[in-house]
Amino acid sequence: MHKEYLTVTNIVGPLVIVEKIVDVKYGELVEISSPGGQLRRGTVLDVSTERAVVQVFEGTTGLDIDKSSIRFLGGSQTLAVSEEIVGRIFDGSGNPKDGGPKIIAKKRRDINGSPINPQARDYPSEFIQTGISSIDGMNSLVRGQKLPIFSGSGLPHARIAAQIARQSKVLGKKEKFAVVFGAMGITFEEANFFIEDFRDTGALERSVIFLNLANEPTIERIATPRLALTCAEFLAFDLDMHVLVVLVDYTFYAEALREISAARKEIPGRRGYPGYLYTDLASMYERAGRIKEKPGSITYIPILTMPEDDKTHPIADLTGYITEGQIMLSRELHRKGIYPPIDVLPSLSRLKDKGIGEGKTREDHADVLNQLFACYASGKEARELALILGEAALSDMDKIYMEFAEKYEDEFVCQGEHESRSIADTLDIGWDLLRMVPKGELKRIRPEFLDKYYSLEK
Amino acid sequence: MKKGKIIRTAGPLVVASDCLGAKMYDMVKIGDIGLIGEIIELKEDRAFIQVYEDTTGIGPGEPVELTGKPLSVELGPGLISSVFDGIQRPLDVIKEKEGDFITRGIDVPPLNREKKWDFKPFVKKGQKVEEGDFLGEIEETPLIKHKIMVPSGKNGTVIKIKKGKMLIEEVAAVIKSEEKEHEVRLFQVWSIRKNRLVKKREMPEIPLVTGQRVLDTLFPLAKGGTACIPGPFGSGKTVVQHQLAKWSDAQIIVFVACGERGNEVADLLLSFPKLKDPSTGRPLMERTIIIANTSNMPVAAREASIYTGMTIAEYFRDMGYSVALMADSSSRWAEALREISGRMEEMPGEEGYPAYLASRIAEFYERAGKVICLGSDNREGALSVIGAVSPPGGDLSDPVVQSTLKVVKVFWALDDKLANMRHFPAINWLNSYSLYAESIKDYWDKEIAEDFSEIRQEAMKLLEKESELQEIARLVGVESLSDQDRLVLESSKSIREDFLHQNAFHPQDTYTSLRKQYLMMRTIIHFHNSGLKALKEGINLEDILKLEIREKISKMKFLEEKGDDPDVLDLFIEINNVFKELLKKKG
Ligand SMILES: Nc1ncnc2c1ncn2[C@@H]1O[C@H](COP(=O)(O)OP(=O)(O)O)[C@@H](O)[C@H]1O
Ligand SMILES: [Mg+2]
Repeated sequence: MHKEYLTVTNIVGPLVIVEKIVDVKYGELVEISSPGGQLRRGTVLDVSTERAVVQVFEGTTGLDIDKSSIRFLGGSQTLAVSEEIVGRIFDGSGNPKDGGPKIIAKKRRDINGSPINPQARDYPSEFIQTGISSIDGMNSLVRGQKLPIFSGSGLPHARIAAQIARQSKVLGKKEKFAVVFGAMGITFEEANFFIEDFRDTGALERSVIFLNLANEPTIERIATPRLALTCAEFLAFDLDMHVLVVLVDYTFYAEALREISAARKEIPGRRGYPGYLYTDLASMYERAGRIKEKPGSITYIPILTMPEDDKTHPIADLTGYITEGQIMLSRELHRKGIYPPIDVLPSLSRLKDKGIGEGKTREDHADVLNQLFACYASGKEARELALILGEAALSDMDKIYMEFAEKYEDEFVCQGEHESRSIADTLDIGWDLLRMVPKGELKRIRPEFLDKYYSLEK
Repeated sequence: MKKGKIIRTAGPLVVASDCLGAKMYDMVKIGDIGLIGEIIELKEDRAFIQVYEDTTGIGPGEPVELTGKPLSVELGPGLISSVFDGIQRPLDVIKEKEGDFITRGIDVPPLNREKKWDFKPFVKKGQKVEEGDFLGEIEETPLIKHKIMVPSGKNGTVIKIKKGKMLIEEVAAVIKSEEKEHEVRLFQVWSIRKNRLVKKREMPEIPLVTGQRVLDTLFPLAKGGTACIPGPFGSGKTVVQHQLAKWSDAQIIVFVACGERGNEVADLLLSFPKLKDPSTGRPLMERTIIIANTSNMPVAAREASIYTGMTIAEYFRDMGYSVALMADSSSRWAEALREISGRMEEMPGEEGYPAYLASRIAEFYERAGKVICLGSDNREGALSVIGAVSPPGGDLSDPVVQSTLKVVKVFWALDDKLANMRHFPAINWLNSYSLYAESIKDYWDKEIAEDFSEIRQEAMKLLEKESELQEIARLVGVESLSDQDRLVLESSKSIREDFLHQNAFHPQDTYTSLRKQYLMMRTIIHFHNSGLKALKEGINLEDILKLEIREKISKMKFLEEKGDDPDVLDLFIEINNVFKELLKKKG
């Protein structure tokens, strides 16, 4: 039996300080029972001979100094996993939320996972066709990639993520796959949108869902994504499935982390977030990937809403430094009524280079995307110039580029929420646009591809 | 062995009591499972220890074993082609032993103990040797002869020398000095926090040729020099570092993947064995050592990783090699320093970084240099260091960037705007600088072409002029510029697109020899000057811009390199011809 302590001396924010303890370990799981007898859980953040600092997952509301009692359980937080986990819905602490039975553990896994040995990683290179041109054509996603969506409040990131989950496929393959969805601090409506969408498309039976909603304890948010990823690792590397993980919204996650840091009176970093936010995020984002000689994979789409649409905000900034690119949404495009409002220029897929080209997508893909980037960038520059000096001041070439940019947004970026374009269609639309530009200007395309595709008509 | 006792655990920091007698930077083993740590502060009988592995499950009362030895690396055959974590544990051995995920408390020696190496002695019994002298060599890879050197402070007479196949722990030679006998094995042990000694330092003046046009021609790094490459995420730091690791003409590459992505390490590991060194045709892995402590691996080991890499790099420099070390990213190292400092509740300086950040950065880059190595042959060695810096939001006022700029001599300024336009490498040609350009001039003009530096100067002037003209055009429109000025705009655009822009993923474009770089730039400048002359003689700007040869100029970079690059040379003559033609047509 674990010893029970009644020696709580301080409760601050999500933290409880316990004194006169014996044999407590760093990272140990803790059970706290409140005066009302309700049980909560927590973990040890700092332990010395005299005292332990415990972070309470469900928050400290209702705890008191007098009667709260603490038991240290040895070991750290785990998730029970088995094949039965697929199709189930859990709360942010991993308890069933769908009225179903508890998972009978085939294995218990530490939710913090362990780092993948870099030597064991297989480089992701299998193209995923999402059916969305601005992703497939310009910033292609590959299996095992971590590619976040940088959104803003009110922008349709949920619809885009659902569309990706719905339409994604690897060309010419039919394999076991699953979706793991985790909600951190989002509203019931937003979470429900995903669940209903999964239900409509029949994806729900292949999904595992972890929900920590806006009205649920903030501190639970620290565990939610880790539960989701632990589940994903089990599905991918034990059951050989291709797993798509969607976690939304990392902004609320980071705020929870900031709360703990403030309660510990740590020296705050930028905008009050702790200096170790980078390392903390990395310990989750890096769980995506592929492992040599294992058929499964974890493709990871974290979503975050940038406060004030500012991509230099620490959450977006640090995420971008860890993930393999980002899909950036634009309020301007959204206002223009363009769906999906993906701003391709600041978006990036770092892994696209090995996922595209002959035998994967099409021989001309890399050149076409480089050229589209260059032309669109010139077009946007011309558009800005026109705003300052008036259209009359533009050179003929500038005018062509400006028109290119308009058409590019209307025809290439803009598409239906249920429209799934093949990669060939996407590239052909690209060529249709490039034909607006004189051949000599297309310096990013190899001559042989120019010869082959430029003069083709639709 | 003496033991202390843990009194506190807080993430990567452990505090232990009963540690009297322990020394700063001594290595310790923590807890019942023996995690590796290093003493970073001593207060009375307490030791503050940074732990190189995850401390979950470690608590007060557990023992701390004081080894009495500093945290060190093993230096000897078996280093090349290896991939180590931040404290030199071989990741391939860990994978074999523990599987795909990294576990804790693994005790494996850095260098293979079972492998036999063929040792060829250079010295004879009775010969006098001094520190740094070669006792013999081992062909570690077809590219690298691994020299076995007299350890520092061991001057004397060789009284025993072996030959043939042997293990690294075997004694290869015995040196006698002042009645003491020193056994020399095939490997030595060196503290990572201590510079390896050299005889003398010299000024770097030979370029490290990287095959990257914007670097080599505009902002060159010298062998033995230092460079930094700061920029926001996605601007191209890692690709540049990888390009340098692939193509630069150093003999040994040490790549420190410090706190960044696991897949980037996987990329190196998968591509390097296949890529060929341009000068020798051998797989690049045969000259490469990788230190991989990715962002999800323990943060304290990240702090150590750059020193582990640096010490290994110095060791090969001591053999007289030209070594290049890349650290991607030095910011992650600084953040690790900050995290530990924060846990120790030290007084924070700027942005929470410890007050000693600047001096640590300076000490790190000072380990680079062109040197005369220890040893009686006065051989030269060079260690070039290139650090990526990842400032929050790309803001260059960041303390890590600022402290770095104070010590490094080359600044490659990455530009978000260029990256968004997919102009790669996104190195801003107006803000970047190289303080080596002056001292390298001689080399260029003697070894490549006598007008190399002149042509380079002209190109830089054009780019500068372009930015002035663009400013004017923005205010009053392009139409109001003179034809001369508009030609300047066109020519600098050609410099940017046809020369500076370089696609790292294009098989031909990825590397350009210094000679071809010169020829390309000369061609662009020649076209410009011919154009100016033609304008003076009354030719229309439109007619000049319509010339088909411009398309050929834009394709120069895709031309295969062969010998004297006759195709690029031909362009030069062709330019003369087409302009003659233009003039003739005008009559
Ligand atoms: N020289 C280059 N050629 C082609 N693409 C490049 C080049 N440099 C960068 N890129 C593109 O930019 C992306 C980001 O570059 P990377 O070096 O990873 O950025 P950082 O390390 O600064 O975050 C790469 O994945 C690649 O698509
Ligand atoms: Mg990088």
